Amino acid sequence: MKRIVFALLMCCVVSLAFAMQPQPVAPNVYRNPAEETRFHALASSLRCVMCQNESLADSQAPIAHDLRREILELMRQGKSDAQIREFLVARYGEFVLYKPRIEPATWLLWFGPLALFVAGGVTVAFIVHRRAMRLDAQAQAPESPIESSEDW
Amino acid sequence: MLRRLLPLIIFVALGGLLFAGIQLSRHEDPGALPSPLIGKPAPAFALPELLAPDKIVRNSDLAGAPYVLNVWGSWCVNCQEEHPVITALAARGIVKVVGYNYHEVEPGDAPRWLAQFGNPYALILSDVDGRTALDWGIYGAPESFLVDARGIVRWKHVGPLTDEIIAHELMPLLPAKKVSP
Repeated sequence: MKRIVFALLMCCVVSLAFAMQPQPVAPNVYRNPAEETRFHALASSLRCVMCQNESLADSQAPIAHDLRREILELMRQGKSDAQIREFLVARYGEFVLYKPRIEPATWLLWFGPLALFVAGGVTVAFIVHRRAMRLDAQAQAPESPIESSEDW
Repeated sequence: MLRRLLPLIIFVALGGLLFAGIQLSRHEDPGALPSPLIGKPAPAFALPELLAPDKIVRNSDLAGAPYVLNVWGSWCVNCQEEHPVITALAARGIVKVVGYNYHEVEPGDAPRWLAQFGNPYALILSDVDGRTALDWGIYGAPESFLVDARGIVRWKHVGPLTDEIIAHELMPLLPAKKVSP
């Protein structure tokens, strides 16, 4: 099922691409499979600046084509993935990174969920502890058993 | 007391957060990227002049006076719409307007476009393969930059310029200068 959906989707994408692109975009030619794998991993981790819900690897926009060509050239010049990302961030901003870098401005983004989880845990522990204390106190002084049922 | 007010406090906080979100997305083009080049020197370039391809234009040729760099292409519909605004800006003579012809397919297209609609530019850089455009962080057309007399990028706008944008965003950044009548 998943495969059929994927195939249909690809058909749509391909037909759309032909509709938008008057001239065929020359595909990148790879020297070896390792280079191709590295290129795809890198391009998938970067956002297309024109059509912002697509990765650089998937986009058919002319700028995405230019950027893919540039990335392949930088790879061949021996630049590391980090250097290539830095190259793009210096020109197009942090936005091109699908995975934002860890820095003061993104601490809330990265650690917010964890902080929320810890805060939730502390709250639950506090409530459980308080209730246990109350039950303890009632067990020691069982004069008013009727009231305790109202707690639930 | 606090217990009673807590739902209200949460409601107000949530409302504030959502309102801030709406305010932030008020921008006419939420997809426009802020340029990391603002406040930094303009990228070095050496590009042929569109109408005199033998002449290579470099940063140093433009130093000494502020200029607006306007990215356009004959393929770009919005550029056609923006063209009268650019023409009016250039005619005011307050700032030099430099064209940046981007990703042109046929060599004759851009000159024909200029012949048809008029050429407001002091000079036009031609970037056919879009390589230099990457250094500028250009990702489409129209886009406009303001570069000051020291060669520092001061402002960028993605999308067509309008008279309002020029009056409210561009003009305040330009050094006060007597406009000759």
